[in-house]
Amino acid sequence: MTAAGASLRPISGPRTPAPGDIARRIQRAGLGRRRGLADRGMRTLALVASLTALVPLGGVLAFVAIKGAAALNLDLLTKGPRALGIGGGALNAIVGTAQMVPLATVIALPVGILGAVYVAEFGGQRSAAVVRFAADVLVGVPSILIGIFVFTFLVLPFRQFNAFAGSVALAVIMVPVVLRTTEEALHLVPASLREASLALGVPVWRTVLSVTLRTGLPGILTGAMLAIARAMGETAPLLFTALGSRLVNVGNFGQPMDALPLFIYRNATQPNAVLNDQAWGAAFLLLLVVLAINVLVRGRSWGRRIG
Amino acid sequence: MTARSRPPRAGGRTSRLPDRVFRSGSGLFGASVVVILVVLGVQLAVNGDQALSTFGTGFLTGSTWDPVAGIYGALPYIVGTIAAALIAVTLAAPIGILTAIFLAELAPRRLALPLTFAVELLAAIPSVVYGLWGVFVLGPVLHSTVEAWIVDTLGWIPLFAGPTFGIGLFAAGIILAIMILPTIVSISRDVISAVPDSHREAMLALGATRWETVSRAVLPVARSGIAGAVILGLGRALGETMAVTMVIGNGEHIPTSIFSTAQTIASKIATTFNEAQVGLQTSALIALGLVLLVITLTLNVVARFLVWRAAGVSGGGRT
Repeated sequence: MTAAGASLRPISGPRTPAPGDIARRIQRAGLGRRRGLADRGMRTLALVASLTALVPLGGVLAFVAIKGAAALNLDLLTKGPRALGIGGGALNAIVGTAQMVPLATVIALPVGILGAVYVAEFGGQRSAAVVRFAADVLVGVPSILIGIFVFTFLVLPFRQFNAFAGSVALAVIMVPVVLRTTEEALHLVPASLREASLALGVPVWRTVLSVTLRTGLPGILTGAMLAIARAMGETAPLLFTALGSRLVNVGNFGQPMDALPLFIYRNATQPNAVLNDQAWGAAFLLLLVVLAINVLVRGRSWGRRIG
Repeated sequence: MTARSRPPRAGGRTSRLPDRVFRSGSGLFGASVVVILVVLGVQLAVNGDQALSTFGTGFLTGSTWDPVAGIYGALPYIVGTIAAALIAVTLAAPIGILTAIFLAELAPRRLALPLTFAVELLAAIPSVVYGLWGVFVLGPVLHSTVEAWIVDTLGWIPLFAGPTFGIGLFAAGIILAIMILPTIVSISRDVISAVPDSHREAMLALGATRWETVSRAVLPVARSGIAGAVILGLGRALGETMAVTMVIGNGEHIPTSIFSTAQTIASKIATTFNEAQVGLQTSALIALGLVLLVITLTLNVVARFLVWRAAGVSGGGRT
């Protein structure tokens, strides 16, 4: 190769105009190709990165579906853990989640929605910003710290783990989520509706309740459902509050109560294949409900975005 | 941003009694969020004070955590927390930012919408389910493939030395990367979408390719907002509890390799809080929580500020 280059050089010297012109043209074409290659390369890389992001989603869903469905049986749904030995089902966890999450919702929704009403409709610029900022920060507080926080004032004074504390911890997690999504929904309500109502002499409080909140209702419900889905899957805030229980606890919020995430955690960390299978079964149930809520709610707003 | 008019609202100055009651009532609920945040910090400080005043700065720098001897040094858990979060961000930031660029700039609408939906679903999967998957699927797979390969090729560097267990810092980092990916993607995407079209049009009119437009006209504007998104992801990774607790292997020493078993602050609290003696040991664990709170709050405030300044979107909020 070097020999060929050396033999070419004397013929087309760098000073001769015509070959230089050609060389420049070639150089320009080469640069264009490089730019095109860089463009195509980076775009392909971005596509690959996006597809990589899908791999874990597929992996988790596939394994939970396969292993979970295999572990699913009537006992898992209808029986509590056996008092002695290994086996039984997850009824204690199912019943616990079905009680603690609704109570948490009842606590969190009024606080979150009315808090959002204040931020969106009443608050001064500064005070609204403070509340909004606090909500954003609260979303970022690790959920295990919320567990400790509730532990210090609802468990420690009574020396008793209890389901009520569990619900309060879940509510603390739900409030900022509900508040921010509700605020978003209220901002989307057109000013003309409020003005029309106020111009008719309707008091402000009735305008907010029956015009603003009413119009923003679909968005508020979306936020509430997503907050519920999130609370259902939370484990860390329940560890030091509701604690978990092998007994099926119906209605006694002064005593420990189990929840599906706690059940999954306990059974997954035992060196026992039967218990591990139960964890997969419970994960299947939990994921089914959580994803159903998410797909339903997000799918609807997704449809709106397209249409 | 200053030009943007205030959103419409019904309330303003009102004098009627029911209105004032309603107004202050809703104000009370709004204030409760602030109160929760403040009381949370105060409760952790008060309950952790016993350990903090006993050990002083030794609490942060000590590497012995021995309930029997009554000595509490948090360094191994602080190191573990930061190491796991750094592994996660190193993996998730490039993939997340590229995904956000793809979704916001490059992908056809038909592809962008389902992909966005899928990333949102990734955020919806509960932590404990990731943990379950991590222990029984990811751990064994890593052990026999990636970890073995890294030790074979890079094992002479102490940081990448074996032995590997499948569970440990590396597995925790990967699980965390998966969990913070949606945060990085969705916020970066919002920030990138907020860059005015005139920037793109000017660049394209000059004959730039799509990628040149993205990298030279869009990304420089969105840079600080994307940094905010990554920091928010880092904050989530630092505080994530259940999945990490299940896969990190609960090693009590300062990790020396990315394959070591370790404990994060959150996993240490999760695994030992209920067995702790009320008193100095509980106080030490709550002080550990306080350390975590300070770290995550600082990161959150910085990140929110960056994102808000870049796009006026702090999780969608406007001022």
